[in-house]
Amino acid sequence: MLHEPAAKAEKDAASDWKAKLGIKLFWLYCVIYMGFVGIAVFATETMKKPVLAGTNLAIIYGMALIIFAIILGLIYNHLCTKKENEMAAKEGEAE
Amino acid sequence: MNYVANPIAIAIFLTFVGFVLGMSFYFARKAKSAEGYFAAGGTIHWFVNGIAFAGDYLSAASFLGICGLIATMGYDGFLYSIGYLAGWIVALFVVAEPMKRLGKYTFTDALDSKFNSKGIQLMAAISTLAVSLFYLIPQMVGAGVLVTPLLGLPHWMGVCMVGAIVITIVATAGMTSTTYVQFLKGGLLIIFSTVLSIAVLNKGLSTEPRPETFNPKIIAAADADTSIRVTEAKTGLTFVKITEDGIFNWWIVRGDKLEQAQSKVETASGETLYNGAPKTDNKFQSVGLVTELPDGQTETGKVGVFEYFSTIQGSEVVRYPKSSIAMFDHEGDHVKVFCPQITSGEDLMIPGQKFKIKDGIGKINFISLMLALFLGTASLPHILIRYYTVPSQRDARKSTIVAIGGIGFFYVLTLFMGLGAMTLGVIDVESGNMSAPLLAKAFSIFLFSVISAIAFATVLGTVSGLIVATSGAIAHDLMDNYMGIKMNDKQKVMAGKTAAFAVGIVAVALGIAFKGMNVAFLVGWAFAVAASANLPSIIMLLFWDKTTAKGIAWSIGVGMVSALGIILTSPSMYGQYGADPSTAIHSLDNPGIISIPLSFITLVVVSLMTQKDNHGLEDIT
Repeated sequence: MLHEPAAKAEKDAASDWKAKLGIKLFWLYCVIYMGFVGIAVFATETMKKPVLAGTNLAIIYGMALIIFAIILGLIYNHLCTKKENEMAAKEGEAE
Repeated sequence: MNYVANPIAIAIFLTFVGFVLGMSFYFARKAKSAEGYFAAGGTIHWFVNGIAFAGDYLSAASFLGICGLIATMGYDGFLYSIGYLAGWIVALFVVAEPMKRLGKYTFTDALDSKFNSKGIQLMAAISTLAVSLFYLIPQMVGAGVLVTPLLGLPHWMGVCMVGAIVITIVATAGMTSTTYVQFLKGGLLIIFSTVLSIAVLNKGLSTEPRPETFNPKIIAAADADTSIRVTEAKTGLTFVKITEDGIFNWWIVRGDKLEQAQSKVETASGETLYNGAPKTDNKFQSVGLVTELPDGQTETGKVGVFEYFSTIQGSEVVRYPKSSIAMFDHEGDHVKVFCPQITSGEDLMIPGQKFKIKDGIGKINFISLMLALFLGTASLPHILIRYYTVPSQRDARKSTIVAIGGIGFFYVLTLFMGLGAMTLGVIDVESGNMSAPLLAKAFSIFLFSVISAIAFATVLGTVSGLIVATSGAIAHDLMDNYMGIKMNDKQKVMAGKTAAFAVGIVAVALGIAFKGMNVAFLVGWAFAVAASANLPSIIMLLFWDKTTAKGIAWSIGVGMVSALGIILTSPSMYGQYGADPSTAIHSLDNPGIISIPLSFITLVVVSLMTQKDNHGLEDIT
């Protein structure tokens, strides 16, 4: 049996560009995430330090990781959509 | 605790569940074909799919488990929120669009899209079954947890109810109905959790306990008859049995003072007594108490977001962690004493109460868990199949971002709900899993009923999604592809429904067997198995040209077996078997740190050994 997609995927000229961008952003987030895990494990007491409005580093860093994921997702979508539109326009001109 | 059903709660609950079932039957009409059943025909709007992602993901583990862990262990519960959300980064940046491009109904399709290999079909289907079953256990445990306070029914009955309803949903409608159920309850869960969090901030913090909350008395030892004394080995505490008005209870000896504790005693005659009386006498109370606020305050009144955290950091809180439960036998009675433990807010608001990160193995366990949570999301079969329900890769990406927004916002709220349950004294000392619904109950029966109904629907939706993924693995991957059983579209849907029924029965049995374990912790295991078995293959297939079919099949097998092997021999499982956890053959509770690299290494080594198999294959990435 063939394993074709449930809905026929459109031709995507930007897929290589998007994959490279995705990997870069993944590593960026990964480093920040590893920083959090590193502080939690190897410098736990640092997590007690108040950093914003009396709230400690543990809470602020944890929330920042969540909010940063959302922001990064929006940036990624914006850049990908822009690139997809550009590529589609180029293809349109070529045709 | 003794829970009595409330008629309003029952009415709201039944209405909601009835609505969900009605919606399910309505969408059943759209699921006549295999594409309709397994992938909703690839026609779902990206926003609906994004919220449905949130619905799938914000399962019992998130609402019940994380809130419960924060309520009993403080910040360590929030680590699950951080890890679960971070996992979506992998899903968005690495997996979402290629999965959409390569697959059809199941994640096996994507893995096998280049090779058409029997080995991949078999191993990926088994892995889907294993991960889904591990994920199903906490959902079913969560179902039992919800039904107990809501309807006053025993745990096993809740599990059976979910099993029956979900089998009905899945056997009638498949992915379309599951998607809309998830959309509805994902949206409602976020809305009502926001309401609950605002209520917590408006209430603020107080050292005055609610009348329903246990506030231990302290008396001079000289004023009581302390002749019946027992010293317990694990906690090192001495307890005295004091009888007042014909009812006995166990008190803790603190120097020349005695501190009241709560006890559960199984008598030699088979009776269970809570604080010396039957459960229905309501002697057993909820726990959680602020004993000291900063600057000698007794009440804060309404607080802002940061003020709430900084105030707790400067406070002292009474908790009842599992580590402070004393157990001993006395004159044929089996006694369990729940001992209060005062913890400073400063310690409570950083990692370390659950995860013992100060010792070596604790550090490894912690890193292992955070690794599995980060890499697990993008490998969960019931999440991956949702990429096939939208029309395009762009929609797959957009729906992932909607999911991250909704899920991220909810996870921030878990802190307020968990800490609210802790400081407002609503925790059932026997099971932290009930903390979020019980917090809602402290505010109003209506809020409690609605939130419990949504949480129940959460379980229904997630279990439905998991069962669709599992039935897809059996009917499509195993029967159709691997065994080559020729089925037409209708027969394939029928095979999927039959598989769904069988998996549902197994899930019910496991849900009853694992009663009492924290659901977020159990889901952590599902993530570890998924990350070990599935993620290395997905990543390497996409980014390493030399990946071979045998490499993928071996990687899945080694990742799955090593993760399961470590879990089944872990200290936590020893506890579940009824053995002493300290006698476990190793100290690792979270397998990811070993099983994930092992799976990657296996894939690379086997692929390099079988390069000739790849000749003539086209590049699909």
